[in-house]
Amino acid sequence: MARRLAGQLASWEGLLLAILAVVVVVNTASAPGYLSLQNQVNLLVLSIEKVLVVLVIAFVIISGEIDLSMASVMGLAAILVAWLWRAGVPVEVGIAVALGAGVLAGLNNGFWVAVVGLPSLVVTLAGLIGYRGLAYVLIEDRSIGNFPGWFVALGRPIIGPFPLSLILFAVGLVAAVVILQYSGFGRLVYAVGSSPEVARYSGVRVRRIKLGLFVASGFVSALAGVLIAARLTAVRGSTAEGFELDIITMVLLGGVSIFGGSGRMAGVILSILVVLNLRNGISLAGFSGNVQTAVIGALLILSVLLPNLFATARGRLRRRALGRPDGGESIPASVSG
Amino acid sequence: MRRLLRGVRPERARELGIVIAIIVVAAFFATQIPDYLSGRTFVRVSTSVAIIAVVAVGQTLVVLTRNIDLSVGSIVGLSAYFVGTLLASNHSVTPPVAIGIAIALGAALGTVNGLIVAYGRVPAVITTLGTLAIYRVALVESSGAKTVTTDSLPAWLLDIPRTTLIAIGDLDLRLVVVAAIAVVVVFQLMLRYLPFGRRLFAIGSNPEAAAVAGFPVQRDVFVAFVLSGALAGLGGFLFLARFGNITVVAGQGLELQVVAAVVVGGVNIFGGSGSVIGALLGAFLIDLLQESLIRWQAVNQFVGMALLGLLILLAVASDAVIFERVRAIRARQRRSRDLASDPAAEVVVHGA
Repeated sequence: MARRLAGQLASWEGLLLAILAVVVVVNTASAPGYLSLQNQVNLLVLSIEKVLVVLVIAFVIISGEIDLSMASVMGLAAILVAWLWRAGVPVEVGIAVALGAGVLAGLNNGFWVAVVGLPSLVVTLAGLIGYRGLAYVLIEDRSIGNFPGWFVALGRPIIGPFPLSLILFAVGLVAAVVILQYSGFGRLVYAVGSSPEVARYSGVRVRRIKLGLFVASGFVSALAGVLIAARLTAVRGSTAEGFELDIITMVLLGGVSIFGGSGRMAGVILSILVVLNLRNGISLAGFSGNVQTAVIGALLILSVLLPNLFATARGRLRRRALGRPDGGESIPASVSG
Repeated sequence: MRRLLRGVRPERARELGIVIAIIVVAAFFATQIPDYLSGRTFVRVSTSVAIIAVVAVGQTLVVLTRNIDLSVGSIVGLSAYFVGTLLASNHSVTPPVAIGIAIALGAALGTVNGLIVAYGRVPAVITTLGTLAIYRVALVESSGAKTVTTDSLPAWLLDIPRTTLIAIGDLDLRLVVVAAIAVVVVFQLMLRYLPFGRRLFAIGSNPEAAAVAGFPVQRDVFVAFVLSGALAGLGGFLFLARFGNITVVAGQGLELQVVAAVVVGGVNIFGGSGSVIGALLGAFLIDLLQESLIRWQAVNQFVGMALLGLLILLAVASDAVIFERVRAIRARQRRSRDLASDPAAEVVVHGA
């Protein structure tokens, strides 16, 4: 029993839970209103568009690819709604166009990666630049707002303190857990990520799965873009710029391997909570948004660096236990010398 | 066509392709923009390319090893701001010292990247996406919302971008451009002839094989990141000299242009192939396009960025499609040559 508990705590999720507990305790002690329902809802709603995209990017990264273009797709979708609205098109139509554009962006990424076989890092980096560029072509240096009341109301609480985006996130979260952890498709995503060749020879349609995941990523990013337009009530060229840092941090901090094939939704949920509560705590302590960004950047690096260092240390200990005390030291020394 | 391709190495073909693209772009805009083919256009594009090219040389070293450095925009900003503040408050600092400080600061930041990537084994995308944010925040937080202004800087610094070294008719070759070309030449020679340069190609082609062969893989990757940081620091100095007014957003987004220049210039993002000259040509093509699009009345001035994304995609796609074909032709050619010289090989092929 005790050993099992220790095993759980030593796992990545256990570590995240411990970090979360520390953050919550420190925040509660330093800011009285922190644990109130209102503050908890607020801290989630302030980043709700990002965490919505986190759910789908987790799938993309587990499948062994990466999507850096999601923040630009978010911006493009938000700007499409605004630009069409300014041009006299009803917002309903604008939303449909924006979601369609998200699907197209995802198809474009997926085509080059899954069908042609180009590296997703470069393809989606081109997407990051290109989709954002397209958005700037439409909006130039203007800021567009004055949306109809019902659209802006989408960003406000509709049931109790919960806005639509939060309800969508809750539904998306359940769907993501079920699909990734309990469905055949989820197992295929892991199979594709751990070894595309093995998956292909086992009859898995690797290309189709990757293409599907990129399209899903484009669609969800566009949906998140529409939601951010509603919540912020005005859209500029830089809307959602730089969000990729937070989104990828939340996925990787959740224990998803950047090389694909491993990671669990439970970890991703915990890392979302850690990042958001940490951000909230830093701002409650009176530090600027910049400090939050720096902490997120450091977390991103540490979330990969720490497991690596642990693995190295464990390997060294094991080698020592096997009776080769100098094995661990001599290899790095020769490499660096 | 096939016979034409047969004699060229893939990298040379790529560089030739970019030169042709540059000529086509220049010829097209010459018909669209009045007074386009003038010394003024050349000076504007070449001085702006000088900054990108210096940073792109460092990026090439990193990408050759199958890594990427996304933090260069923040390093350029930090270096420009830090050296600018120093020179504004202390006019007695001499040019070599100022340049030395810029390079040292960049190298220090590159050292952090290199340690985490090479020795901490954290993927370069993750590391430099993190330090991109951290370095920028360090700049914003330490600046106290103050900016460096042109009139506070010493005169010698402001003279640098205006100094013409060689004038050929209408074309002024500025000092900064010559300096950038010198950097490109030095690093091209280093990649070509020094063991360190050759090892970067080996590491990028196959890191495991390079390690088995006994190459100091970790140290070489580390050094590539330090050099990338140092060159970004130098780029920051050139940035300061060119613009004078430096705010905390200086160099923001520059990493995208630099990566674009390297990828368009034919450096394989999977490492192992490419050249510094290719990166310089890529930077020139991108800058020429952007400069021309801004001056072209027919399109929205914001179209440049969207086109940049398209250009990267085209460059990588052409790599995958066209150059695979070139390699296949060359491989077939080599095989048939082997067959001709060695009848035993033919038997083996027939047997298989």
